[in-house]
Amino acid sequence: MKQLWRFIVKEAMHILRDRRTLSVLLLMPLAQILIFGYVISTEIKDARIGVLDKAGDYASEGLRNRLAASGYFKVERIFVNEEEVAAALRSGAVQMAVVIGPGFGSASSDPDGSRVQLLADASEANTAQMLVNYAEGIVRDYEQELVGVQAKQAALVEVRMAYNPSLKGVFMSVPGIMAMILMLVSAMMTSISITREKEYGSMEILLVSPLKPWQIILGKVSPYVFLSFLNAASILAVGVGVFKVPMMGSWLLLALVNFLYILLALSLGIFISTVAPNQMVAMFISLFALMLPTILLSGFIYPIENMPVALQWFSKLMPPRYYIEAVKVLMFKGAGLGVVWKELLLMLAFLGAFLSLSVYNFKVRLE
Amino acid sequence: MDAAAQRAGGAAIRVEDLVKRFGSFTANDRLNFSVASGEIFGFLGANGAGKTTAIKILCGLSAPTSGRVEVAGYDVARYPEQVKRRIGYMSQHFSLYNDLTVYENIRLFGAIYGLSLSVIRERSDQLLRRLDLKEQRNRLLGTLSLGWKQKLAFSVAILHRPHIVFLDEPTSGVDPITRRQFWEQIYQAANEGITVFVTTHYLDEAEYCQRVSIMVEGRIAALDTPKALKEQGRSESMNEVFLKLTRPN
Amino acid sequence: MMISVHELSKGYGDIQALEGLSFEVQGGELFGVLGPDGAGKSTLFRILLSLLLPGSGTVRVGGLDPVRDLHALRKKVGYMPGKFALYEDLSVEENLQFFASVFGTTPAANYELIKEVYQQIEPFKKRPAGKLSGGMKQKLALSCALIHRPELLVLDEPTTGVDAVSRSEFWALLKKLKAHGITILVATPYMDEAALCDRVALMQKGRLLTVASPGEVVRDFEGLFYGVSGGHPYGLIQACRAFEPVVSVFPFGEELHVRFNRDDEAAEHLVDHLKSSGFSGAVVRPIAPNIEDCFMALMATENDLKG
Repeated sequence: MKQLWRFIVKEAMHILRDRRTLSVLLLMPLAQILIFGYVISTEIKDARIGVLDKAGDYASEGLRNRLAASGYFKVERIFVNEEEVAAALRSGAVQMAVVIGPGFGSASSDPDGSRVQLLADASEANTAQMLVNYAEGIVRDYEQELVGVQAKQAALVEVRMAYNPSLKGVFMSVPGIMAMILMLVSAMMTSISITREKEYGSMEILLVSPLKPWQIILGKVSPYVFLSFLNAASILAVGVGVFKVPMMGSWLLLALVNFLYILLALSLGIFISTVAPNQMVAMFISLFALMLPTILLSGFIYPIENMPVALQWFSKLMPPRYYIEAVKVLMFKGAGLGVVWKELLLMLAFLGAFLSLSVYNFKVRLE
Repeated sequence: MDAAAQRAGGAAIRVEDLVKRFGSFTANDRLNFSVASGEIFGFLGANGAGKTTAIKILCGLSAPTSGRVEVAGYDVARYPEQVKRRIGYMSQHFSLYNDLTVYENIRLFGAIYGLSLSVIRERSDQLLRRLDLKEQRNRLLGTLSLGWKQKLAFSVAILHRPHIVFLDEPTSGVDPITRRQFWEQIYQAANEGITVFVTTHYLDEAEYCQRVSIMVEGRIAALDTPKALKEQGRSESMNEVFLKLTRPN
Repeated sequence: MMISVHELSKGYGDIQALEGLSFEVQGGELFGVLGPDGAGKSTLFRILLSLLLPGSGTVRVGGLDPVRDLHALRKKVGYMPGKFALYEDLSVEENLQFFASVFGTTPAANYELIKEVYQQIEPFKKRPAGKLSGGMKQKLALSCALIHRPELLVLDEPTTGVDAVSRSEFWALLKKLKAHGITILVATPYMDEAALCDRVALMQKGRLLTVASPGEVVRDFEGLFYGVSGGHPYGLIQACRAFEPVVSVFPFGEELHVRFNRDDEAAEHLVDHLKSSGFSGAVVRPIAPNIEDCFMALMATENDLKG
């Protein structure tokens, strides 16, 4: 036990003495969340839209006002015919066109659903998707008020908006940033620090010593568990404190989810270190095999439901996806263990798989 | 020899009051020496005595704190580019690229020093014949033994016919036969008029030099022919001379 | 018997790193393994240390099989790898402390054993290991390898790239350790260090050329050596080579060492040959070969060094 403790102390000293890396590790999460919060905000503001109002009645005018008053859209053009719509979209004069059907006010109880048409410039697919989502929400809200009955689809949109009422992107990105940072610190840093020993040749001495493989691994990762926890806490503090991200659920459960995810990321890092011969390879594997999928496939940036079916399946294999889902429902909906148990169980399964793979792969020799 | 070297009065290297400090640490403490054109000059010293620092300054890789250094007739501080064109350099650590073939290495370094392809071809044929490596021309360098790599690296370092070639522990870890073959290459180069400035930890190799300097704690503690050094120190071998100078008690 | 190796071979893909090695090392012996870079010394050591698996053949270290008894074996050996492999960002003291605890001991417990070595670096114990000079790094690595009082100390080229003075100091330390009864296995490319070992094995391209005491190597060598001086060495080498009966010519300090086959009477005429070649001041004297001469002669018979 004393052996292990000294090993952890030694590892902590490596981390503490490398001031530059340490400060990057501690400040990066804060920088990330500030960047996401302020700069790359996925929030929509004053998007240029045009309206072709074929109804021209009281109800359609109300919708126009509602769109303009939302703050998301700015009505740049009022079109008189379809040709104008097409031209404005093509030239980029407007990002989205709203075509209000002739029977909008009178026939709004018609279940046909083609009363309002949203045409978006899909060359910027992401923005287009978002504009349409926002507009759809507003239209449904307005319809509901008008008619007073609940259409099925309306309820569906309703759910999407309800837990992010001000539609702020920074909310959505907090769990994503945490998933990314924790993956980076835990997986990349541990895989690099283990392969560093291989590269230096000190791994040879450790292998020749009576230290057991599990002691070497545990000694290497323990300080990073602490560091990762610190990172998770600092992101949450900024998220909740500065950006007013709601925290409806239990802090204890959130800590548990994070702890499990950190262990999962660490086990991935260990696994990478057993296959990578040196620090550079470890870094590349971490970046390309972990970071990019975490960012692209976990639903952090691109909604999973918009992906091709094959990728949707593939995203099921991305552990961060379950972490992000669990954190979202926990924080935004106040879900308890009864809701997130499935995600927790899945992460636990991934953890077990990676750990057994690493132990199986860890070499007590050099070959 | 070009005009600049003529002006220097035949000296390939001239060092006057060279001082290099890192903070409060003096790595080179008022070095004074000169190396004649065509001479084989041994630059010895214990680990950490300041040899590497001095070589870096001579090659124009590092600026002296004070003092004057002339290499191939040019002031290194003012004309580092002129100097770099006229020197060759080879160290124990990096010599050639393991993932290139023998000929690709030669072509690369020939091109770096601005030789035309026809000159590179001609000299490459010549050096491969001399080294008896003709059949290995298209082999990956990484598959050769260390001794052959070092011999090839030396040939490449003098491919552009420099005035001076700097060799930093070229024979470290090399087997005794190849080590001696390496020294024959050095003799050959010196015969052709190339000045050789070499460091080594093998003290029998110090005997192969025309003159030897021994650095101790940043200063040159002795500089003379091996014979004279042994006589002055009443020593049997260079090993003994070295020992007496670096560990006086 | 501390080490016994029988018909050991090891290959990596197409490359045969070790071929049919057999030798034994007695307990308490200072045993040198000599050979150039790439001879297979490190591969041999790593197999003995259980870090690599033997391809074929049997290996016993301290009576244990490195393949099956790897954990028991690893407690008995101290290892200093070829390159400096301690933590450069930890201080001298912290490195020692760490390796002691890895082996379940403390620096104080075995201080008496490492004292000789450690005393020389103790004044710098607060300094990061990365800031030490080459010689001091070597001593720290040796202290760390000794901290658990191993029965067998394995040193892979501890003196490569180290200056002559530090090298001789290092060997003086090894002699003292030997007095503590520790078996020492040391690899080196420096032939002059061979004379300091009890017995030496000469390796080349994965094979053992000879295993003997330094005295035996010299005594058993068949050949006639002359020391030649008086003239510019490069010209003198060429002139000696031009003399038909000469087997080999190598510069050796201030002399050339010229080898003839045993009982070759032509050797007496070398001086005349040199004088007629323009070296009027040539001096030729019979000499006893040293261990490096013998090793070079043994290696030269393996003519293809390019591999």
